[in-house]
Amino acid sequence: MHSKAKRLLALLLGPALLSANTNVWADLADRSTLNMSPGVTLLGRDIYDLHMMAIWVSVAIGVVVFTVMFYSLIAHRKSSGRQADHWHEHLGAELAWTLIPFLILGWMAWPAIQTLLKVYDTDEPVIDIVVTGYQWKWKYEYIGATPADSISFFSNLATPQDEIHGKKEKSEFYLLEVDEPIHIPVQTKVRFLITGNDVIHSWWVPELAVKKDAVPGIVNESWTKAEKVGIYRGQCAELCGKDHGFMPIVVVVEERADYDKWLNGKKAEAKKLHELMAQTFTLEEQIARGEKVYNSTCVSCHGAKGEGGVGKPIAGSKIATGPLEEHLKVAISGRPGTAMPAFGNSLNDLDLAAVVTYQRNAFGNNMGDSLQAVDVYKFKSKKSGE
Amino acid sequence: MAHGPAKGLSRWLFATNHKDIGSMYLWFSFAMFILGGSFAMVIRAELFQPGLQLVRPEFFNQMTTMHGLVMVFGAIMPSFVGLANWMIPMMIGAPDMALPRMNNFSFWLLPFAFLILASTLFMAGGGPNFGWTFYAPLSTTYAPPSVTFFIFAVHVMGASSIMGSINIIATVLNLRAPGMTLMKMPLFVWTWLITAFLLIAVMPVLAGAVTMMLMDIHFGTSFFSAAGGGDPVLFQHVFWFFGHPEVYIIILPAFGVVSQIIPTFSRKPLFGYSSMVYATASIAFLSFIVWAHHMYVVGMPIAGEMYFMIATMLIAVPTGVKVFNWVATMFRGSISFETPMLFCIAFIILFTTGGFSGLMLSLAPSDFQYHDSYFVVAHFHYVMVAGAVFSMSAAVYYWLPKWCGRMYSEAMGKTHFWISFIGFNLTFFPQHFVGLAGMPRRIPDYNLIFADWNMVSSIGAFIYGSSQILFLFNVIRTIVAGKPSTEAKTWDGAEGLEWTVPSPAPYHTFSVPPQVS
Repeated sequence: MHSKAKRLLALLLGPALLSANTNVWADLADRSTLNMSPGVTLLGRDIYDLHMMAIWVSVAIGVVVFTVMFYSLIAHRKSSGRQADHWHEHLGAELAWTLIPFLILGWMAWPAIQTLLKVYDTDEPVIDIVVTGYQWKWKYEYIGATPADSISFFSNLATPQDEIHGKKEKSEFYLLEVDEPIHIPVQTKVRFLITGNDVIHSWWVPELAVKKDAVPGIVNESWTKAEKVGIYRGQCAELCGKDHGFMPIVVVVEERADYDKWLNGKKAEAKKLHELMAQTFTLEEQIARGEKVYNSTCVSCHGAKGEGGVGKPIAGSKIATGPLEEHLKVAISGRPGTAMPAFGNSLNDLDLAAVVTYQRNAFGNNMGDSLQAVDVYKFKSKKSGE
Repeated sequence: MAHGPAKGLSRWLFATNHKDIGSMYLWFSFAMFILGGSFAMVIRAELFQPGLQLVRPEFFNQMTTMHGLVMVFGAIMPSFVGLANWMIPMMIGAPDMALPRMNNFSFWLLPFAFLILASTLFMAGGGPNFGWTFYAPLSTTYAPPSVTFFIFAVHVMGASSIMGSINIIATVLNLRAPGMTLMKMPLFVWTWLITAFLLIAVMPVLAGAVTMMLMDIHFGTSFFSAAGGGDPVLFQHVFWFFGHPEVYIIILPAFGVVSQIIPTFSRKPLFGYSSMVYATASIAFLSFIVWAHHMYVVGMPIAGEMYFMIATMLIAVPTGVKVFNWVATMFRGSISFETPMLFCIAFIILFTTGGFSGLMLSLAPSDFQYHDSYFVVAHFHYVMVAGAVFSMSAAVYYWLPKWCGRMYSEAMGKTHFWISFIGFNLTFFPQHFVGLAGMPRRIPDYNLIFADWNMVSSIGAFIYGSSQILFLFNVIRTIVAGKPSTEAKTWDGAEGLEWTVPSPAPYHTFSVPPQVS
């Protein structure tokens, strides 16, 4: 369109309708703050086109109806001395405005059905990723040919509490950044198998045109094929409790070679973690690891200084300064009926050991004792044996 | 047999007069409107800028939940029941409602139901925090202990609604004046008759849903728990089988109000009366077979998606007929712009806007991007607030002179209208933008890219909220010290039996049925 005409149209119709163009983009700064993003997938563009068609149909109908209405309001106002007509029926008009909408709706339904068929075509993916919603983080599992080829990790909010509470300036990716993003290769059909661990969540990445509920007991399917390298950000879309607004999704779309490198790195990391599990760490090492786990997992309820909040205080608490086994039990099984979830499955044994150690040796708690991964493993097996 | 009202408190406690009960319903719903509105102010204040400033996320969730519950069940529904109590007997030439004692009971249940509901905010663990749609298992296994009180409150308000509906059906079908055939009834009566059937059909379904929750929470069943062989999605099917007709329960009486007021101020009969009746009935029928369009992303098979999409799109047809008929009523009329008419014109514009976003949402593939975003929040506030609340404001201004024999201040009414109109649009139009840009609903904090429009939205909400104080003041001032307006027919273009009785309407009207020609 000629740029002058475009500017005029923008003035007339407001920026919302024109702000998105068909270019693809790579990060948040380019995202429209007014309109849907066509994103970086074929499906996203189809959906965007459908969305824009529905807007224009609405605008067209609105213009016709409201023109007639405002014409009446002005031309047929009482203050102009008008006497009202008395007719109140017109079969032709009534038939027309009952039947014509059917045609318009049919015309809209057709592309919608076509797009729907594509959205549901989850066949022949190159990569399968199991996405599990937890209160309040996402778990990703890459299914490999053998268990050794599979990797699995949690993805937590990475925004510091200080930014949330206004003690530090908010960064560009405020609430849309995670400690462990997922990676997928560009131009590759990736299937997401989405489920929930506790309550219903919903996995939404606008630019990948994927939104699907993560329902406990059900595995839903969705797919994407990103056409452009970049980092795409989304959020949980279904109310899932206290930190529903604090479990973002970050997807790194990269070239196949980079993806392979990342995947091999993750596999090596998994192997290393396996080895770490068997090692013994000093108290200081465990505290250092535990602090990281605390700040991504515990801090939103128990506070940055262990002062408590939604959760009980850790500083000086009976649990954190009481018997070690009891403390570990609370971390593993949670407190049913309260906001304290069970972390036995969502943290690995190494992290569980570290975070319990940290809590017993921070915030003025000076227990001096520590746990190792193997202790957690033994405790869990003993418990399941009971 | 003419006698006045009882003295003192017993007039209200033991009320059986439809006008007294109607007034109590209206005042109760206004009180709930203020309560629900103050929850909304907390929400908008927290969302004024990014970061957590005023409330903690768990309290924010209680606010969104209670705002929805109080507005839907406490403000909008009882307000229209109150209007029905006042107006239906006077519109059909009946001396009172058919079942006056049940009428009393159905009103007096409500304050207790909402006392229970509001008290949950002070309980250990806080009030309901799972959204007004209370999806399991967030509302069962993971709910605060107060959920049991919430369930009981829902049961009580459901019983109240069912009794109210039975009363309306009995009144309309049995107490019409001679000559008042069904197809001569004012459209407000028609829309309420159909609404009452909807209520009787779906309130028990809601009761079933919360009873299953109760069983899951306390008696070890697993209706909605996957771990026990149940299905969380079942909850959503049951809930929306109630929930979708529920939105029409809210909007149909609003259609009725607008269909009374527009002809009056256009001084021209309602265009297409019979097609209005058929359109209302079609909408009511369709409302039962489209529920899963609230669940497009839950993982339905494609056949289900297609069916619910097409069925949902069909609703646009009868809804369109209504809008076209209202416009055709105004066309070549003699239009004046008193406050009720202004609210009705705004209703048409804004409700139609909400209808357009509804049509967009009906397209399943697009909904994958809209679903659970602020776009949805914008959509349903356009139909609920600009639909139900604006038409209710119009109704109060329209019939207030009949109720109290005094005229409201037109200047203050118009000021209320314009502040409401601007405040409302400032609040909710930008929510379309942030929703499309990717902001999920029900979050207490957001990224900076959503900041500007959220601030605009909050400012609009404060404006819209404060305009209601002016409304309250205008109404009270009218009742206490308004200019007397005693002619039977307040508005020169008004038609209908309610305009044949004196103003203010005497305590008992139509003790002798009028003859309708």
